[in-house]
Amino acid sequence: MRRSFVRGCGLFLAALALPVFAVGTATAAKSSTNKLAPVTINGSGSTLQLAYDQQVILVDFHKTQPTVTVNYSGVGSGAGRQAFIDQTVDFAGSDAPFPAADAAKPKGGAYLYFPTVADPITVSYKLSGVKSLQLSAETIAGIFQRQITKWNDAKIAADNPGVKLPSTAITVARRADSSGTTQNFTTFLNKAAPSAWTLGAGSTVNWPTDTQGASGNAGVAQIITKTNGAIGYVDFSDAQAIGMTYAKVKNADGKFIAPSTPAASLAVAGAAVNADLTYDPINVAGAKVYPITSPTYLIVYQNQTDASKGNAIVAMLNYVYGAGQKTAPTIYYAPLSKDLLARAKSQVAKIVVPAG
Amino acid sequence: MTTLAPPQPDALEPAPEPHGLRDGGRRRGVAGDHLFRWLALLGGLMVLVVLGLIAYSTTTKALPWFRKEGLGAVFSDNWDPAHHHFGALALVYGTFLVGALALLLAVPVSIGIALFVTEVAPRRLARPVIYIVDLLAAIPSVVYGLWAIFVLLDPLANLFSVVSSATADIPILKTLFANPSATGRSYMTAGIIVAIMITPIITSITREVFATTPASLKEAAYGLGSTKWEMIRGAVFPHSRGGVVSAVMIGLGRAIGETIAVALVIGASQNISLHLLGPGDTMASAIVLQFGEASGTYRSALIGLGVVLFALTILVGMAARGLVARVDRKTGAVA
Repeated sequence: MRRSFVRGCGLFLAALALPVFAVGTATAAKSSTNKLAPVTINGSGSTLQLAYDQQVILVDFHKTQPTVTVNYSGVGSGAGRQAFIDQTVDFAGSDAPFPAADAAKPKGGAYLYFPTVADPITVSYKLSGVKSLQLSAETIAGIFQRQITKWNDAKIAADNPGVKLPSTAITVARRADSSGTTQNFTTFLNKAAPSAWTLGAGSTVNWPTDTQGASGNAGVAQIITKTNGAIGYVDFSDAQAIGMTYAKVKNADGKFIAPSTPAASLAVAGAAVNADLTYDPINVAGAKVYPITSPTYLIVYQNQTDASKGNAIVAMLNYVYGAGQKTAPTIYYAPLSKDLLARAKSQVAKIVVPAG
Repeated sequence: MTTLAPPQPDALEPAPEPHGLRDGGRRRGVAGDHLFRWLALLGGLMVLVVLGLIAYSTTTKALPWFRKEGLGAVFSDNWDPAHHHFGALALVYGTFLVGALALLLAVPVSIGIALFVTEVAPRRLARPVIYIVDLLAAIPSVVYGLWAIFVLLDPLANLFSVVSSATADIPILKTLFANPSATGRSYMTAGIIVAIMITPIITSITREVFATTPASLKEAAYGLGSTKWEMIRGAVFPHSRGGVVSAVMIGLGRAIGETIAVALVIGASQNISLHLLGPGDTMASAIVLQFGEASGTYRSALIGLGVVLFALTILVGMAARGLVARVDRKTGAVA
């Protein structure tokens, strides 16, 4: 009796130990196949995705792959794309695809666009006594073109029935430097209020003289927070970090929606996606969509020449499409929609990495 | 009577190396001279080569802009990248306006400091003043810009609105001081900052020119019974005219090239107007603020602005150098 009891206990303990042992070897096997060769990859470009890249790629991804060092410098989408053409960086961050004239220029041959996250652009303001504001695209166009100069103008009152608006003068804050934020903001006004908006769409536009220009989202935010009656466009992550008040914007369906990561993700979901995975989420249809949402991409060469760099880039993209999507809302970026995420994940497989 | 025969080369050569090879020693000395001459020539040519390469590469990259808009692009007032218009006249105007404002503010101050240091101050006081003024030149441009943003903009914005409303009825001042910028970012603010930045160089050159005034000239003035100010006006100024003009032009050359400090405080608004208290833009500021997102013709246009700026700076520098050389020949000082 005692011997069989001991044998039984022994078998029982062994049975308990087996799963632990199995998991142990399995984990060891996983980490030994996933550890990449030491390598440094460099990217540059968009400042809109800079905060996202710094957290998700430079910090979080680096923790999972300590031997891979990723450098990213926010020099602007245009400069990043040029560096990608000249192959001085391994990948570029850009808020817009290559313009048609530059599309064939990249020296490394075929390249792929990988959408990462989306960032809503807020219309932030400071007006004492007015805690909530809603604006249509035509009103925004009139304000930024200096046709509407006082807060109690009829057009603003029409968008805000029942709200008491003071007669304070409007101070318009906008970007002095060229930026993707300006590009997406003006593209929205071009699409949503084409007859009202005459300044066109671009990274720099010919703003009226009596608007205040400052460098960077932080500069615009500084002007808004210091001046009562100021209004300007600031991207969502900066607006949240500084604690700004922003307006609800009328979307294509006629509903006034506040900027938020879910509303931006709905814009991504509602956008038509091209075959190369570029998409335009600005002013798409949808009741709960936030219309001023900007896309951003990582651009990568399809045929990698260096095995260790190629594997590192693939691992980086897989991380962005895995844990990186969950981190996005916590740092005020909108993750991709399910459909676009699935297509992006399958595009990672198109990258050709040489063996070794 | 013996005529001295011309000295034999051997007699003039240094004593040969102890380990012989007398001929080899002589050849080595002459070879050393040749080598030194070649190295010095190479060093001097290097500067010209680099300048030439910069001019060549920027001009070739700017060609798409020149081809699209013609050379008249520099004289067209329509900088509208969103609609693909790249007329640079407003930027050239802004560059010169900021330069002019900076000179207007810096030159009297610099001449005053130079006079103080050479004529008025005791030597013990003059040296620390010179040292401190030269220190101003060592402060980086971006630090001036940040200082302006955090310290200068708000008081200036208030001052501008006061001045603007006070002169609202005076004929010429009404135009100059109309439409003040609400944040203080304006041509005038940029002019003030650049004035502070070019004061050290103008002071330093002017001070040296004043110091070369012959003592005999000054003593003659005193001898005729002039006061100190009459002496300065009668002896120092006429003598130093050329030098002061060249110092001013060197200051102008620096002023039109100032980038970061101007970019941070000028307000980035391309316009040709006399509203000194309103926002504006200069070539250097436009390049640094807009280059990051530019591509295609836009990028060529910005590089083209760089070419224009490069050409202007060289012209101003050459004019300044020419004047300085002329003055130095007159006074006998070494350049």
